[in-house]
Amino acid sequence: MSRFEEELKRDKFVCSECSRCKKIVWPPSNYCNKCLNETTWREISRKGKLVEYSYNKGECFGIVEFESQIRIVGTVKGSERPDVGQIMNLEKCDYDGDEIFIFSSTVQRNGSQNS
Amino acid sequence: MISSMRPIFDKTRNLSQEDIDVVLTSTNANEKYLASIVSELAGISPRIAHSVESLCNSGTNCIVSAFAYISSGLADVALVTGAERTDSPGLVLSWDKSRGKYKHPIFWSSLFASSHMRKFGTTLEDLAYVSAKNHRNGLENPYSFFDRSYSVGEVMRSKTLTDNVRLLDCSMPCNGAASILLASEDAIRQFTDSPVWIAGIGQKSISAGFTKNADLSSMESTVLASRDAYSMARKSPKDIDVAEVHDAFSICEIMALEDLQLAERGKGSSLVRELHDTNCKKVNPRGGLIGTGHPLGATGVAQTIEGFYQLQGTAGGRQVESAKTALIHNMSAAATSSTVLILQA
Ligand SMILES: [Zn+2]
Repeated sequence: MSRFEEELKRDKFVCSECSRCKKIVWPPSNYCNKCLNETTWREISRKGKLVEYSYNKGECFGIVEFESQIRIVGTVKGSERPDVGQIMNLEKCDYDGDEIFIFSSTVQRNGSQNS
Repeated sequence: MISSMRPIFDKTRNLSQEDIDVVLTSTNANEKYLASIVSELAGISPRIAHSVESLCNSGTNCIVSAFAYISSGLADVALVTGAERTDSPGLVLSWDKSRGKYKHPIFWSSLFASSHMRKFGTTLEDLAYVSAKNHRNGLENPYSFFDRSYSVGEVMRSKTLTDNVRLLDCSMPCNGAASILLASEDAIRQFTDSPVWIAGIGQKSISAGFTKNADLSSMESTVLASRDAYSMARKSPKDIDVAEVHDAFSICEIMALEDLQLAERGKGSSLVRELHDTNCKKVNPRGGLIGTGHPLGATGVAQTIEGFYQLQGTAGGRQVESAKTALIHNMSAAATSSTVLILQA
């Protein structure tokens, strides 16, 4: 297992960040794709924005964007149909041979969604 | 691979194995030293022999590499051969961690479909028209994997995979091989009096990860590759008489028609319906990937061969009348890379 996968298994969502220019590199890599310097690991905010979704056998899945740049596909929990642009929480991540990401909507509609 | 080369040697005047300078193989199978092995088995001792792999657009990448060897003067005659078996490890790109557990291509195509539907009101029925049209076109193709067509209703009722992808919206991985011969302007005259020319080439990789597609209702790599191809060929979209587009899934044909500017943005599905209703074979006459099957490494080569048949006027029951200019669109891995070729009679 890679470091990224080990962290996911501990329910930690981390990504590579360049030690020189601070660029976030996604998917994770040992080297920055801007200045090619080495990267370090840093935790990523678990609050993101829903970009698109669909349903697979009744289960919603979609793309959520974190820190305005990291986009990942995961399972969207909840009984209501979500809205594109809605703020989502990365409720859980895990690794079982695939990267598991589970998103849930933060607050009720019209509720405060910041911070 | 060898059986797909035989017709080239049988039908091309003055061509023998000694004439071949370059042998390039296109496949996702992990076969080491494949181009040299295939060369030996076909009795060819080329100067240059190697494989080209780029998932689903390996075939056109291979043709572009052969073109580059010839146009650089390193070679005069190149044989490109592509092949795939269903057990090749090319279906899923495991590197792409951003896809999470949704690595199978049906999921990216489903998200493309959601986005296109949201933006342009594309419907499930629109998607079914793509599959019905291409399956019908494929009936005229003796090399098709299928021996029957499917109506719009049958596509609509086929097994649901995701909310907006049904089984018949998908191209089917299958076994297959295709070979094509390229030669320099000087060398070609000894082989034929009516060659087909590669007039334009565009290739672009925007990334390797699906989620780097900024706008999920359009395939950026296709937009950029086609711009280069049109410009190199000094052609515009209205010059295109016939097109083979990469319909890995129904939604991909609708998006490709828009990204290649063969239809206005948001009007791809109306064009497909019109082609279906008028039985016009201008787009994917050989049946595309959906109507023919998708042997990954062979697909781009087979698409280009269809362009060749169309421009030679030898496409039989699927011939587009007096076609002079053809466009080939081949892409990979959730449209993160695309190749566009423009061929001219
Ligand atoms: Zn850097």
